Amino acid sequence: MQIDILPRWLRRTMALGVLTVAVSGCSGADGAAEPAADAAPVDITGAGATFPYPLYSRWFEEYNRRHPDVRINYQAIGSGGGIRQVQNGTVFFGATDGPMTDEQLAASPEPLLHLPTVIGSVVPAYNLPEVTERLNFTGPLLADIFLGRVTRWNDRAIAAVNPGVALPDRDITVVHRSDGSGTTFVWVDYLSKVSPAWKEQVGVGTSVKWPVGIGGKGNDGVAGLVKQTAGAIGYMEPAYARQNGIPFGAVQNAAGRFVASSIESVTAAADGAAATIPDDFRVSITNPPGDAAYPIASFTWLLIRERPDDVRQSAALVEFVRWALTEGQRFAPELGYSPLPASVVERELAALERVRVR
Amino acid sequence: MRRSRPGRTDGVFRLLTTVPALLVVGLVAAIGVVLCLDARLSIAAFGAGFWTRTDWDPIAGQFGAFPFIWGTLYSSGLALLIAAPVSIGIAVFLTDVCPHRLRAPLVFLTELLAAIPSIVYGLWGIFVLVPAVRLLQEALPPRIRALPLFEGPTVGVSLLAAALVLSVMVIPYISSVTREVLRAVPRHQWEGAYALGATRWEATRVALRYARVGIVGAVMLGFGRAVGETMAVTMVIGNSPQASWSVFAPQYTMAAVIANEFAEAVEDLHLHALVEIGLVLFTTTLMVNVASRALIWQMSRDRRRRLAQCPVAAETP
Repeated sequence: MQIDILPRWLRRTMALGVLTVAVSGCSGADGAAEPAADAAPVDITGAGATFPYPLYSRWFEEYNRRHPDVRINYQAIGSGGGIRQVQNGTVFFGATDGPMTDEQLAASPEPLLHLPTVIGSVVPAYNLPEVTERLNFTGPLLADIFLGRVTRWNDRAIAAVNPGVALPDRDITVVHRSDGSGTTFVWVDYLSKVSPAWKEQVGVGTSVKWPVGIGGKGNDGVAGLVKQTAGAIGYMEPAYARQNGIPFGAVQNAAGRFVASSIESVTAAADGAAATIPDDFRVSITNPPGDAAYPIASFTWLLIRERPDDVRQSAALVEFVRWALTEGQRFAPELGYSPLPASVVERELAALERVRVR
Repeated sequence: MRRSRPGRTDGVFRLLTTVPALLVVGLVAAIGVVLCLDARLSIAAFGAGFWTRTDWDPIAGQFGAFPFIWGTLYSSGLALLIAAPVSIGIAVFLTDVCPHRLRAPLVFLTELLAAIPSIVYGLWGIFVLVPAVRLLQEALPPRIRALPLFEGPTVGVSLLAAALVLSVMVIPYISSVTREVLRAVPRHQWEGAYALGATRWEATRVALRYARVGIVGAVMLGFGRAVGETMAVTMVIGNSPQASWSVFAPQYTMAAVIANEFAEAVEDLHLHALVEIGLVLFTTTLMVNVASRALIWQMSRDRRRRLAQCPVAAETP
């Protein structure tokens, strides 16, 4: 029996690879263009929300290209895990799709700053082969569908907001997320605001007890189920609906208009809510005022320690956040997120001053 | 039997084997302890009722494991019901019926099934099995669809879809162990049966009877695999924590709920309830394993007793 199962050239290549990694690991950032006070690279680790992960990883990459001495390592382990890990100090910063509760903040060993980074939305996507027009929904109607009170597509409540559309006589199959998720949080947060019955029966959280329907894992799981099942309706981020060619409906906003999710209508939602955003930025912006606002939208937040011991890491992180909130915003639309309105960015930059950097 | 006096190398050898064996026992115990510790809030809140409560409401803080236990045992049981006969058929074919030249490729192919990642099985389930289950359900006559075993709306994602995926996944395990067991059946068992004028089917029955302890073991191995499967199941079972007899109803399993909710569980009680689900899964698997051990032990004791009365067969190992 031969022991060396790898051909010699492969072994050589691997040895060379190991050597290269070791050398580059020692020398660190060789292209340190900045005349930094101390040239050693700064490594920052963070963990949390999965929803903004595509944008965050793009940001870290772009930022690292501009500042080779700053390396940010982010693990998309979920908002719950992000909150826990930043609280017990496993990571330097956290990220969450739902703001921390008062009890969680009180339990935190040091003050944490919530900073919105970008805005996302959630859309009702449906599979009705017979219908080609974009359907309209009201908030209470969506709540009734997800409560199992409206069970057929030709129900009078659906027909009332879709005049002229020939609705098929089909059963509605509700599809929801089976995994705990920030997307679910935004969706049920909206339903709770517009439907007392939902608030009473189900409530708000990243996982809830669904009265009806089937569960798909992840946005892609929900999209897959909706796409396969004629008569299905499910909620998801618009990028997934577009990718899978699933139509999604317009939703009636607080001003009474039917608005579909778009980059602009979602930024408008944050702008409409700007006046009511508190100083700690922990706010739900679902169902905001404003004619152009899409009502099912939400911030996603970074959780930043205000009084960290390691001021070098802190200074680098603050510098990065400042970049992400201004220049970095232009990467948002191409990845399906809506940029923050200027009114919010200004207040955040002011809040960032509170973080200890020296 | 003659025993040589253990020398120094024997001592070292004994140590080298005893330590890993004890390590395994210690590891199982440690897993149990950690699960209990991390589930303490939930254990304190719900006690033994956790096993029978049907409510799972993270917002109201009400947790019960019954729908998940039900879904796990139901889907795995149904999967074995499908997989066991098929696997035994494969094993008999490969040991006895199959032409010699076909054997090696067929063995390779069945064992290849075990090498497919479960996420791939899940995708296959979503795109092939789920629509097939939907078609099957639509094709059933209304009188059958009114039975509790087949009732419910047509969605496709269902307990049946999960059981089908699982059955394909466990077939390589059951069939290859069964094949080894059948190969270990002494040649003279088959030959004796043929000598007495038995047909091929009757000779096979003799061999299966001889090998039944091992076959039960093989099926139990498949059960262990099915109970713990997470990814493929959660993609096709519908993830709805409602225990139902209907094979067309979306249901949920223990492994799936842990995988689904753990990352975003923010409340401590929710987290502890999920860990307790893990504890329940751990206990259930242990109980099933103990039960199968007991069954095997019982069967082999019976056989030893019979063999003792039959001098010809007693020579065999």
